[in-house]
Amino acid sequence: MADRAQPLIRPLTLLGLGAGALVLALVLGSVAAVAWRAERGTGLRPSDWAALRFTLWQATLSAIFSVALAVPVARALARRRFRGRTLLVTLLGAPFILPVIVAVLGLIMVFGRSGWVNAALDAAGLPMVSIYGAWGVVLAHVFFNLPLATRMILQGWLDVPSERFRLAASLGMRPRAIFRQIELPMLARVLPGAALVIFLICITSFAVALTLGGGPRATTVELAIYQAFRFDFDLSRAALLALLQLAVTAAAALVALRVSAPDAMGAGLDRALRRWDQPHPAFDVAALGVAMAFLLVPLGALALRGAPHVVSLPPEVWRAALRSVLVALGSAFLTALLALPLAVAIQRLGGIRGRTLEVAGMLGIAASPLVIGTGLFIVTFPFIAPDRLTLPVTALVNAVMALPFALRVVVPAVEAVEAQFGPLATSLGLRGWARLRLLILPRIRRPFAFALGLAAALSMGDLGVVALFADADAATLPLQLYRLMGAYRMDDAAGAALVLLALSLVAFWLFDRGGRVDADV
Amino acid sequence: MRSLIILGLGLLASPAIAQERPVLSVYTYDSFVSDWGPGPAIEEAFEANCACDLQFTALGDGAELLSRLRLEGPRSDADVVLGLDQNLIAAAKDTGLFADAGLADVAWDLPIAWDDPVFAPYDWGYFAFVHDAGFDAPNSFRDLADSDATIVIQDPRSSTPGLGLLLWVKNAYGDDAPRIWADLADNVVTVTKGWSEAYGLFLEGEADMVLSYTTSPAYHLIAEDDDSKQAASFVEGHYLQIEVAGVLEASDEPDLARDFVAFMAGDTAQSILPTTNWMYPAVTPEGGLPDGFDTLIEPQVALLYPSDEVPEIRDAALDEWLTALSR
Amino acid sequence: MLTFEDVRVTRGDFTLSADLAIETGARIAILGPSGAGKSTLLALVGGFLTPDSGRITWGGTDITDLTPSERPVATIFQDNNLFPHLTVTRNVGLGLRPNGRLSADDRARVADALRDVGLAGMGDRKPGDLSGGQQSRVALARAGLQDKPILLLDEAFSALGPALKSEMIDLVLRLAQARDLTLLMITHDPDDARRLKGQTIVVADGRAHQPQDTDALLADPPPALGAYLAG
Repeated sequence: MADRAQPLIRPLTLLGLGAGALVLALVLGSVAAVAWRAERGTGLRPSDWAALRFTLWQATLSAIFSVALAVPVARALARRRFRGRTLLVTLLGAPFILPVIVAVLGLIMVFGRSGWVNAALDAAGLPMVSIYGAWGVVLAHVFFNLPLATRMILQGWLDVPSERFRLAASLGMRPRAIFRQIELPMLARVLPGAALVIFLICITSFAVALTLGGGPRATTVELAIYQAFRFDFDLSRAALLALLQLAVTAAAALVALRVSAPDAMGAGLDRALRRWDQPHPAFDVAALGVAMAFLLVPLGALALRGAPHVVSLPPEVWRAALRSVLVALGSAFLTALLALPLAVAIQRLGGIRGRTLEVAGMLGIAASPLVIGTGLFIVTFPFIAPDRLTLPVTALVNAVMALPFALRVVVPAVEAVEAQFGPLATSLGLRGWARLRLLILPRIRRPFAFALGLAAALSMGDLGVVALFADADAATLPLQLYRLMGAYRMDDAAGAALVLLALSLVAFWLFDRGGRVDADV
Repeated sequence: MRSLIILGLGLLASPAIAQERPVLSVYTYDSFVSDWGPGPAIEEAFEANCACDLQFTALGDGAELLSRLRLEGPRSDADVVLGLDQNLIAAAKDTGLFADAGLADVAWDLPIAWDDPVFAPYDWGYFAFVHDAGFDAPNSFRDLADSDATIVIQDPRSSTPGLGLLLWVKNAYGDDAPRIWADLADNVVTVTKGWSEAYGLFLEGEADMVLSYTTSPAYHLIAEDDDSKQAASFVEGHYLQIEVAGVLEASDEPDLARDFVAFMAGDTAQSILPTTNWMYPAVTPEGGLPDGFDTLIEPQVALLYPSDEVPEIRDAALDEWLTALSR
Repeated sequence: MLTFEDVRVTRGDFTLSADLAIETGARIAILGPSGAGKSTLLALVGGFLTPDSGRITWGGTDITDLTPSERPVATIFQDNNLFPHLTVTRNVGLGLRPNGRLSADDRARVADALRDVGLAGMGDRKPGDLSGGQQSRVALARAGLQDKPILLLDEAFSALGPALKSEMIDLVLRLAQARDLTLLMITHDPDDARRLKGQTIVVADGRAHQPQDTDALLADPPPALGAYLAG
């Protein structure tokens, strides 16, 4: 009903457009800067197209498997009530925010050649399984993204009006019929969006794909970019590859938004769906049990490995941890500054213009950290000593990388608030900042805090650009972790990894918690 | 209390002092400056006599250092670059950014003769496969390829040791290198981005051997009192890595820069390097090598391509490697 | 006087046209079948919808292009009338100050308005702590403070029981009396319309008809309304 034309450019809309332009400038500008600085170019090689094929292939498989495996888990969470369910939903966020190297080591402690799984198989006289190879890449990506997929699909289940299940119960429908008539249509709507988000995340995979892929077969575009930089110093090729990666992502993002990705991971997940049918619990128990074991055992392995070495960690590690906390807070703050006006502007513009702005805001998901870092370096180097920019640049780039996730959470929340309370606010004359302060912010507190927690945690574990702007005295915790490993100190590194894991989780939890305290939803 | 006051005054006064003292900017790789690397001790020792402020800038590794210098060009703040290796020398010279290091008649203790006027070595090592004591290690690539032994290696596109291995096999086997790689393929557990990931996987028990250096066991022996790690001696010989320092043409402190490169070849720095960078010193210090280095294997043959031949060989060998391992 | 001059609005298959005049201070019930366009009519008054043609005037001034908050109109919606995260005082205060900043004087006026609707001392509660009837009273208190001469009620009390609804309508009438408001109320219940003791606009067959005396209309309903009331 509220299709009355508003004056188009209002301050907040303008800010949102500005935020979108900033992201666009950062992502495309850095590619342009790299291309501009290129001296000679050999163009793309056959191997680059092979890398693109592998990248798309592994991202597709990872997305399909993450989503397919998430369906039974989400269904179990949607229809079962049990003690610890809320805690479980929170823990579901954990693997997603883990630093890559830490997660890989955790997986290897469980699934590696000397891992627990193979030790058990061996003891039982069964053949061992190998984590290395194409399936290892998929396994790792499922480990990272199953929780995300579960949260998105769970949201889809909770969005089904409970009246429909009530109606089904009154008609005496069996679980199978309910699945066909109610749940399948919901899944058809939700799954493509969830799969595409995960597909996008997996596009920029590099270290995971290489390490678990088992060799150069597992060369992704991101690795090809890295090679172009450090091995060939072919900047034009690096820029071309970055553009290729962006083009694929932008295309996929447009498709994703067209099929309307569900509002990921937002509020309200801690309520179970009231069901009148009584499906047999065995399947749900198994789904939850297997998923929990898969996700939590590697985390437990990391904790066990690192715990004995935390106390004896050198003070430099704690200083780096402090620096990382500051960067994470800065990144969360910047994410808030970008996401809020962007979300408001996307909602106000609506339609194709809103979607276009959202795609601009989501481009960070596909941006190569290496290209962004190098581009920023090229642009800023003539003016400012790079080491003075280390931490701010890290926070900014991390914020841009976290923005896509924040938008997937905050945009639907803002849209819901406007749909519900927009007419009242408009009739009362709530405009601009007052509307933001009195209506939008209080109403989106939970998803917003969740998004910021995610941003903080992601930033805490990120190594990306900090290495490019390296300041010898300003190492962040992930960088310090790498330095420990580089100095043979694997025990200290394991301790530092546990600290990193704990800090990421605590940051995430605190934000998430803060959004729930005293929230009248 | 008095020392506190002096410290306080010192802190207050330090900006003024820092302004008077010339700044020597040294670009190096990350593990050099870490608190467990040689950086802190080197900085302290050099600043004790130079009346200057030595500032490190750290990047990932030698190859990233060179990429960074190319990006910065003549405007770079760097006076000295520390941490390129002989494989990068040709490309580094191509940039025209380097001046002669001015380090003549040093009695280098290297397995090969060194007469490069531009770059001065400061340490070196042999690549080798490291394994647990008690493991029946192969004694050649051929032997390895025919065995069931498993290895973790690094990707030559993203790692210095990975590139070293590529050149090692190429140098030892020439036109037969593709066959060796094809036969090695089933021994390779996985290929990692860098040394740290590979070594970490090895320590977690993911492979029998890992590509590292002959000096790696010295770390475990000296720092951890653990003699369970050994390097496998290969009859083909072992490929060398020689890490070098160079002075930038555009340096605004050229004398200081040359002093630093000379200092790196001097006894103080050379005594620091073996047990912080875990490599052989380029000039054996007066006190000899640290205890524990005598337990390391000593390859009979040192393999090395002349640095100006590396770029061409490198690209061809990489194609062979990719083909063999991508099947 | 509130007038619709040849107003026409089309959305897909749906069309509503209105050409009518409402006296200042009138109490108008809006009756008609579901989907006929009752809410559309109110949205046109409230400024949430712009007509495709025609114009709307108030007191001789064209208000067609004014934004909702610029119009001389306060609205009580069917639901979502209160912000659940704000206290009753802050909710009502928004009728005075859309920026939410209340002076001591403002707070006193809010307290008075709450007392007038029978909610004295409830200012610190949040909407979630109130019953449905109390929530309606809060919305009414706010509408009273908005100082707008037209009050729209979009099935505002339809969720309340019959007794409570009658009570609320009486409260609205008192408020309208005290402030000389022009009332427009959508309802499904002819009794609500009678209770207003005013006129009724029938919305049916794509047309909003000129207001007529409610009692006379209901005593002899036109065919469209008759069918609706009988069904």
